[in-house]
Amino acid sequence: MLRFETLSKTYADGTQALSRIEVEVAAGEILALVGGSGCGKTTLLRLIAGLDQPSAGRIVLNGDTIGEPRADVGVIFQEPRLFPWLSVADNIAFGLSHLSAFEREGLVTNALVRVGLAGYEKRWPRELSGGQQQRVAIARALITRPKLLLMDEPFSALDATTRASLHGHLLALWEESRPTVVMVTHDVEEAVTLADRIIVMQPKPGRVFDELDNPLARPRDRLSPAFEALKRDALRTLDRSLRDEAPLQNKAAETAGMWW
Amino acid sequence: MSAVGIDDETAAGPTRPESRKPRRLALAGLLLPVLLAILWEVLVRAGIANGRLMPPPSVVGKTLWGLAASGELLTHAFATLWRVAAGFGLGAGVGTLLGALTGALPVARGLLDPTLQALRSIPSIAWVPLFILWFGIFEASKVALIAVGVFFPVYLGVAAAILGIDRKIIEVGRVFRLGRVAMVRRVLLPAILPAWFTALRSGLGLGFMFVVAAEIMGASEGLGYLLVDGQQLGRPDTIIAAIISFAVLGKLADALLLALTRPFLAWQDLGRAKL
Ligand SMILES: Nc1ncnc2c1ncn2[C@@H]1O[C@H](COP(=O)(O)OP(=O)(O)O)[C@@H](O)[C@H]1O
Ligand SMILES: [Mg+2]
Repeated sequence: MLRFETLSKTYADGTQALSRIEVEVAAGEILALVGGSGCGKTTLLRLIAGLDQPSAGRIVLNGDTIGEPRADVGVIFQEPRLFPWLSVADNIAFGLSHLSAFEREGLVTNALVRVGLAGYEKRWPRELSGGQQQRVAIARALITRPKLLLMDEPFSALDATTRASLHGHLLALWEESRPTVVMVTHDVEEAVTLADRIIVMQPKPGRVFDELDNPLARPRDRLSPAFEALKRDALRTLDRSLRDEAPLQNKAAETAGMWW
Repeated sequence: MSAVGIDDETAAGPTRPESRKPRRLALAGLLLPVLLAILWEVLVRAGIANGRLMPPPSVVGKTLWGLAASGELLTHAFATLWRVAAGFGLGAGVGTLLGALTGALPVARGLLDPTLQALRSIPSIAWVPLFILWFGIFEASKVALIAVGVFFPVYLGVAAAILGIDRKIIEVGRVFRLGRVAMVRRVLLPAILPAWFTALRSGLGLGFMFVVAAEIMGASEGLGYLLVDGQQLGRPDTIIAAIISFAVLGKLADALLLALTRPFLAWQDLGRAKL
């Protein structure tokens, strides 16, 4: 579905933000990117969004090389980035200008219910809390039913309770149309909660350090031993990436060894 | 961890503590001038103060009433308003256009801005002799002077507003694949609207300053002419009547502009005090 082919990005000032990334993402997969700051996560997301151009290699989405923003790709930024001069309803409907007012209204009302903001149509963004604004941003990105959804630390500015509730909203929305999701997070628990696969990245130059599969069925119980084990695994991998040690080549063996 | 806190947060509606207090404060602001006027009236009537150079409110009021009743006041006010309107239209139009150009196009900025900044440092009144030579002593030179006064704040305001547009919000427009025209209409224009309106307001204020200068320097009608007339006839009451008329007209014009633009700015946080 989505494929990075020897993808590299060097900024004008010579910073090698990404170097020869090779990853394939299946349709409907939720992929989490974690890693210390400066390892090129935002850069990668911006390339996929078509907001920046790679220096070498390419990104292929359903057979097309991505070069500019596309209608079937939705983006949720770290900040809500709502248009302050548009009402909540008009913000959500921003990408629907090709539809009639009637169709728009139906979709927006439905979307507002989905993110738990029914009745907020006419509010201005400034009248919403941070969490509510981010929910509007989620609705705005998902209402066009993108096949690929990109999120750059979308919940990092929110408190734990709001974040947990947004995870629920997001998964419910994702269930509806099952878009492919690539999300950046610095919260390992968030990655284990949401993702099918976690890619750990490393800086200078930005590259893939290791990846972990997450076979747990949804909804995931954060208190289950399997969840805990996976989270520990992910944390350990992240830790090694930060200390610049080699990735755990054979996790099964290591686990067995620890068991002993 | 479930969605406990969310609904409380949802339920908490926005509060609107505005409106009440500023009004009471505005009334408080009237207190001092009214008291001073009464004091002056009393002092003059009691013979303690001489009202010849600074006539008491009753005399000014009588003069004002006389001017209004004879229709003179309306003629002068109309002449002044017409000049301000023409100069404001011209200055604001060109200021907006050039401000948009230099704000949006680096080439235009490099070409135009240094020259305009240099021109800005000339005290605008210094243009008067030149304008009179160029445009004659009648309306054109006055309108030109007012336009120059209005131009600079509008130009600077628009250019700064465009340069200051949040790049992040433009990116949202790009993500939604807005074309050039749609980007201007749906993102850039609304983003600069508040700053543009503010610039227009300060432009209008300067327009009223410059119309006084223009009319003092030679006019056969207008509130500025009334000022000069009062001076030549030794009638301070006429001068003060003209000053009051200027203040009222300026305030009304500002209020009109504010009322016209306010509906477009409903989204802004109007809780903070407007000065
Ligand atoms: N526009 C830019 N110009 C130059 N260097 C940049 C730019 N954006 C990011 N970088 C650099 O590229 C590297 C990766 O940045 P980024 O993708 O933001 O990392 P992350 O999101 O993982 O923290 C960093 O070293 C950063 O300083
Ligand atoms: Mg980042």
